[in-house]
Amino acid sequence: MKNHYRLINPEEEFHGYRQRLRIAGIGATLLFLVLLGRFFWLQVLEYERYQSLAENNRIALVPAVPSRGSILDRNGAALAHNFSSHTLEITPSKTGGLDETLAGLADIVRIEPGDLKRFRRLLAESKNFESLPIRAHLTEEEVARFAVNRFRFPGVEIRARQFRQYPFGESFSHVVGYIGRINQKDVDALSEDGLLANYKGTDHIGKMGVEKSYERWLHGKTGIEKVEIESSGRPVRILSRTPPMAGHAIYLHLDSQLQQVAEKVLGDYRGAIVALDPANGGVLALVSRPGFDPNLFVDGIDPVNWNLLNNSPDHPMINRALRGAYPPGSTIKPFMALAGLELGYRKPGDTIVDPGFYSLPGSSHRFRDWKKDGHGLVDLKKSIVVSCDTYYYQLAQQMGIRNMHDYLARFGFGRKTGVDLDGEMAGVLPSPEWKRKRFKQPWWPGETVIAGIGQGYSLATPMQLAVATMILANNGTVYKPQLIRAWRDPATGKVSMAAPEVMDQVQMRPDYLEIIRQAMVDVTRPGGTAAASAAGAPYAIAGKTGTAQVIGIKQNERYDEHRIAARHRDHALFVAFAPAEAPRIVVAVMVENGGSGSGTAAPMARKVMDYWLLGKLPEALRAEEVEAIEAEMAESDDLEAAPETPAPLPHSEMSDAPD
Amino acid sequence: MPPISYWLRRLFGHIDVPLLALLILLLLLSLVVMFSASGENPAKVVSHMVNMSVALGAMLIISLVPPQRLMQFALPIYVLGLVLLLGVALVGDIVNGSRRWLNLGITRIQPSEFMRLAVPMMLAWYLHFRQETLQRRDFVIAAVLLALPVGFILKQPDLGTALLISASGAYVLFLGGLSWRVILGAAAAFLAFLPIAWNYLLHDYQRGRVLMLLDPTQDPLGAGYHIIQSTIAIGSGGVLGKGWSSGTQAQLDFLPERTTDFIFSVYSEEFGLLGNVVLLALYTAIIWRGLHLAANAPNLFGRLLSGAIVLMFFTYVFVNMGMVSGLLPVVGVPLPLVSYGGTSMVTVLVGFGIVMSVATHKKLVKT
Repeated sequence: MKNHYRLINPEEEFHGYRQRLRIAGIGATLLFLVLLGRFFWLQVLEYERYQSLAENNRIALVPAVPSRGSILDRNGAALAHNFSSHTLEITPSKTGGLDETLAGLADIVRIEPGDLKRFRRLLAESKNFESLPIRAHLTEEEVARFAVNRFRFPGVEIRARQFRQYPFGESFSHVVGYIGRINQKDVDALSEDGLLANYKGTDHIGKMGVEKSYERWLHGKTGIEKVEIESSGRPVRILSRTPPMAGHAIYLHLDSQLQQVAEKVLGDYRGAIVALDPANGGVLALVSRPGFDPNLFVDGIDPVNWNLLNNSPDHPMINRALRGAYPPGSTIKPFMALAGLELGYRKPGDTIVDPGFYSLPGSSHRFRDWKKDGHGLVDLKKSIVVSCDTYYYQLAQQMGIRNMHDYLARFGFGRKTGVDLDGEMAGVLPSPEWKRKRFKQPWWPGETVIAGIGQGYSLATPMQLAVATMILANNGTVYKPQLIRAWRDPATGKVSMAAPEVMDQVQMRPDYLEIIRQAMVDVTRPGGTAAASAAGAPYAIAGKTGTAQVIGIKQNERYDEHRIAARHRDHALFVAFAPAEAPRIVVAVMVENGGSGSGTAAPMARKVMDYWLLGKLPEALRAEEVEAIEAEMAESDDLEAAPETPAPLPHSEMSDAPD
Repeated sequence: MPPISYWLRRLFGHIDVPLLALLILLLLLSLVVMFSASGENPAKVVSHMVNMSVALGAMLIISLVPPQRLMQFALPIYVLGLVLLLGVALVGDIVNGSRRWLNLGITRIQPSEFMRLAVPMMLAWYLHFRQETLQRRDFVIAAVLLALPVGFILKQPDLGTALLISASGAYVLFLGGLSWRVILGAAAAFLAFLPIAWNYLLHDYQRGRVLMLLDPTQDPLGAGYHIIQSTIAIGSGGVLGKGWSSGTQAQLDFLPERTTDFIFSVYSEEFGLLGNVVLLALYTAIIWRGLHLAANAPNLFGRLLSGAIVLMFFTYVFVNMGMVSGLLPVVGVPLPLVSYGGTSMVTVLVGFGIVMSVATHKKLVKT
């Protein structure tokens, strides 16, 4: 073996390096000259040929946009659908003179000053060869009149366009959501998923709600048309065509009538109502008030309406059913009671004496019951029926926060329910670990006590409350709440049912569960907190009221509803299922600043259940119903074709509701 | 407190003014083309400008980092790059049929991009490290250091990037004094290897791209469509071009990827042969200025790295223009500093930041 040890002479080595750099530089320059030679060949020697090729470049590949799938309720009523309409479009660069063209067109079709104004604005923003709409929704007569006069208007043509429409407007705003113009963020997301090619020619994409979660299914597959065009770019005829495949139609579990009932009963309150089918987790109604009109967003919302929605103190853009996290208050008590039984801290017959408050051993601080003088002798059942706080202060303290946390977690508190809508919040199921992570502070014993009545750090969304109640109603099956019920394949017309998804099974002793249920039924019977609102119902309701504090009350003060500003009034809650012996519906009602669960929330739930189980419309809705639906229909007929402009505001601002 | 001029000198003292001036001229030209290529979309132009500003800032910062510091990073960066590539091979995300992306939870990265600078840095560092006792064995080790990442990237599969990274390594070895005999031998072996690669190693779509180059008319509406339309665009531009924003090929959507890989076709259609001469002259000037700076670098690491960076810049320009004018197969390579895209813009200008740093930090370096 011989080693080539080379002693480097820096001088020599450096020289060699410079030599090689020079060679590389000359090589690069020569290769550039090769490129230049190629350009010379193409642009000078072969110029004529390529020039005429470009002139006669007649074959363009034009995307054929699929029609978006409809969104329907369980009975097939359209919640979002398309309608086709003729628009008159002008390609300014191809008209003889724009002003003469516009003047001439005005004789043939009706062109309002508003149309002109919008057209001018588009013109200012558009690029060279774009075709711009001047009038939307032409009548048959206008189409015919233009067809006869077409030869007079080069660069003007009639196009059939599809418009998205939400016939129920505000009622489904937070569920169905809306589509809006594709923005850069959407483009980036699509190209990451490798879907951009399928969106060639598509202007709109789902931005919120079902429109967003099922975007891929709703959109369909874009086809391609090989089109012969003139050198100016105008299509002459279609040579061949791979037809687009329309999007899937999606059927939801929602019942449009039930949804409207729920919307009506909430009235002018801010709040949310969620109704689930305990047999499969299907979402029968999901209302968040106030809502907004999704039709405003389709072609870009105008700044005036946007500011109204965005700056409203009522936050109409927030879906309270999924994003509103509220203290669950007393609605947590049935689950706490079950925990006491299952974990062996309570027997059904155990009683306590409630003096109207509870104090931790060795402390003089009084955790007060809502009833000043207490409920006297209280057993487990009575603790639910009269909603005794003291019982649960004591139970929580004995059980400890960790046991509470672990048991309540089985019912879905503190984690997302997995409903097929985005933006869901997880709420808070507090534990010492959670507090250390969140606030870097230790857990205090008093915090366990108030967690026992769903106050303190505890937060749950109305959807979470509905899911937890559903688990009681169906003997422990944790279904993922699901909006989608079925879909229709556009190619085969076949309707496939979406399978319910079981996330977990909660094991409970049947006799214990029965005790809790019976107590919840008694809540709605005379002597219970929700007796008044259940009076006269021909079916048994199992329910629990809740009232969640918005502001703290000092030791020696009493809560006085009338003295407190509306915004500081308690949130009213009610969860229920019915009929109690064979549940067909689970309802969770949350009314912001509603006052009390028994007075405000429970009557609302009753009306929703009455409609679902008895087909009974609330008094207020019965008379209104016919008019309202007629009015909505009429309104949708006049729906102005929104201008073809980019959304005036970036969508990032729209979709990011404050947390 | 020293006067402001002192701080300005500290901040901009390592910028090479002639090179910066040439780069800025090119970037300005790029804005002009982008306006037309984006269909006169001001938002796209603004976003292009933002990319430029970020990349120029990165260049400024890198120019301040002394080469010795860069040298310290060569090995860790290379090892990190290899680990990431291994991660891609094991758990990478598949996009468009290739496994190129690694999901880090917060963001997804493409480690092969990262290796474009890491590989030449590593090789330059290795040869520098061994320069006192350089022997044939060291070139073999360097070749292995090059082959490792290239192998991973070939596996993804991403033939284009693999070839470009091989080229960057080859440049370092060439400038490092690899003997001509070996270079010619390797070139001969590569040519002999081509038929084998063709038959056994290339994927169908890769073969398709090469075949298409030989005769694009065979499939005018399928795979050959891009090349045909791009050649027509360039050819029909003639000597003087069709005028800014008036290229029919570009504006009527016959050209694919107008703002990225095929932006040169837009430029060439609208500004003609004359425009091409101007653009090539600008690129040539940048390359010669870069090579001049590399020639004056004080130590071996700096010389090898900056030389390789400049030659890579040339390679990207050549491959892109060759591709869109139908001389080379379609490889997804953007036109440096002109095509839209932040990653490429930053990578290229960071490269020039290194070249500037190496050229201006000489006083502090012992050779």
